Amino acid sequence: MLDKTGFPLEITGEDTPMVSFRKVNKSYGALTVLDDLDLDVAAGEMVSIIGPSGSGKTTVLRMLMTLERINGGVIYVDGKPLTHMPRGGQLVSANERHLRSRRADIGMCFQHFNLFPHMTALENCMEGPVQVLGLPKAEARDRSEELLELVGMIAKKDQHPSRLSGGQQQRVAIARALAMRPKVMLFDEVTSALDPEVIGEVTNVIRQLVSEHNLTMLMVTHQMGFARDISDRVCFFYGGRIEEQGPPTQLFGNPQRERTQQFLSAVREAV
Amino acid sequence: MGFYDFLIQYWPRLLTGTGVTLAQFLLAAVIGIAISLCMGLMKLSQNALMRGAAVTYIEIFRGTSLVVQLYWIFFVLPLFGLTIEKFTAGYLAVGMNIGAYGAELVRGGILSVPKGQWEAALAINMSPAQRMRRIILPQALVSMLPPWGNLMIELLKGTALVSLISVADLMFEARQINASTFLSAQVFGAALVIYYVLARFLVTPFMRWLERHMARKLGRA
Repeated sequence: MLDKTGFPLEITGEDTPMVSFRKVNKSYGALTVLDDLDLDVAAGEMVSIIGPSGSGKTTVLRMLMTLERINGGVIYVDGKPLTHMPRGGQLVSANERHLRSRRADIGMCFQHFNLFPHMTALENCMEGPVQVLGLPKAEARDRSEELLELVGMIAKKDQHPSRLSGGQQQRVAIARALAMRPKVMLFDEVTSALDPEVIGEVTNVIRQLVSEHNLTMLMVTHQMGFARDISDRVCFFYGGRIEEQGPPTQLFGNPQRERTQQFLSAVREAV
Repeated sequence: MGFYDFLIQYWPRLLTGTGVTLAQFLLAAVIGIAISLCMGLMKLSQNALMRGAAVTYIEIFRGTSLVVQLYWIFFVLPLFGLTIEKFTAGYLAVGMNIGAYGAELVRGGILSVPKGQWEAALAINMSPAQRMRRIILPQALVSMLPPWGNLMIELLKGTALVSLISVADLMFEARQINASTFLSAQVFGAALVIYYVLARFLVTPFMRWLERHMARKLGRA
């Protein structure tokens, strides 16, 4: 069923995308950041977003995390509207309650980790499960320790973030996001603030997630090699739209659009 | 009369006065902290009415004299049918006054917490109240503590004004002794020393300890 502006109240069917942007617009005043963006991400798919700065890459993730409101269009997660809610057969802007119920499907890791400095690594991971999901402490602890084990941080579980390196903090941040059992994980330039020698420890964790877990992932990155290795699809953003997208071998090996070619050759020269 | 002989004779009254001063200080601190928190949060509220109420409160209590506020609470409110006993009126006035200053500290402390902390708390789907209580306030508290130390010393010294409505605090006792003995140098000298000792060896070390304790909780120590 469509509402009167032409957006479906719900997306159903076998190949319902896990994430769906439909004609999404975002602007700050006169500056248009996203321009009628359409983007579907299938369940279990790993999509990398690359592009020059100011092309709207990070904004895509921030809107999906509901850190920012959109100005037009609708975002669906798992078939149900995220930014809107149905009311009287129409989609209206979501209120805080609706956002909270839908946000549970999404987890996010940030460029600057944003661990809670007044909590240990373990407490950082337990905070959401205990406070938000209402799990008993013992269960939240088990779950968190399991995830810290997964990211290789179990030995440092009682350390505060200030005692951890950037790579270690980012791995804890990944465990913290996973502890909420999201269906979609967002990685926003998670290696950009790291020293070169610790980037590998974070990318390895993400690699492991891709190969062993059936998570849907969106990743904004400047690491072309990494994006090429692990993505199912790469989207090149330019001027708030997807200029070109495709499997990594195609997009990196044989880009069709001139802007993509320019961007990729500029990146190669920089390395 | 020498200072030593003076102390021998008058220490009991100075001591009870000091006890009352300390009680006024502690009660005013509790009121002040509670008001600071409320007004500081209200000033950051999205609701214009809440913000307006907080701004009005802060303007009134920060913009007018503490002595006048004290007199209002003790002498004027009874004219409107609200009589408050002098001991209560004393710490209430001082606490409400200090709360106006503290509100700005709370507000500043909250604003000093990096935006990324709000976003991370939202990303694990915490409610606005949970974000504030569990993530933002504990961090804001740490950056607020040093200026709070100053404010607490101001508060201690401010309690001397309650003697003006005859609360039998240290200053009140000192003035009584002075009126009956004219040993001004001895009695006000003793009061000076006692206020200094309370500020320097009680309030300041406690605030320092609190700062260290909170820094440890942040894993910074």
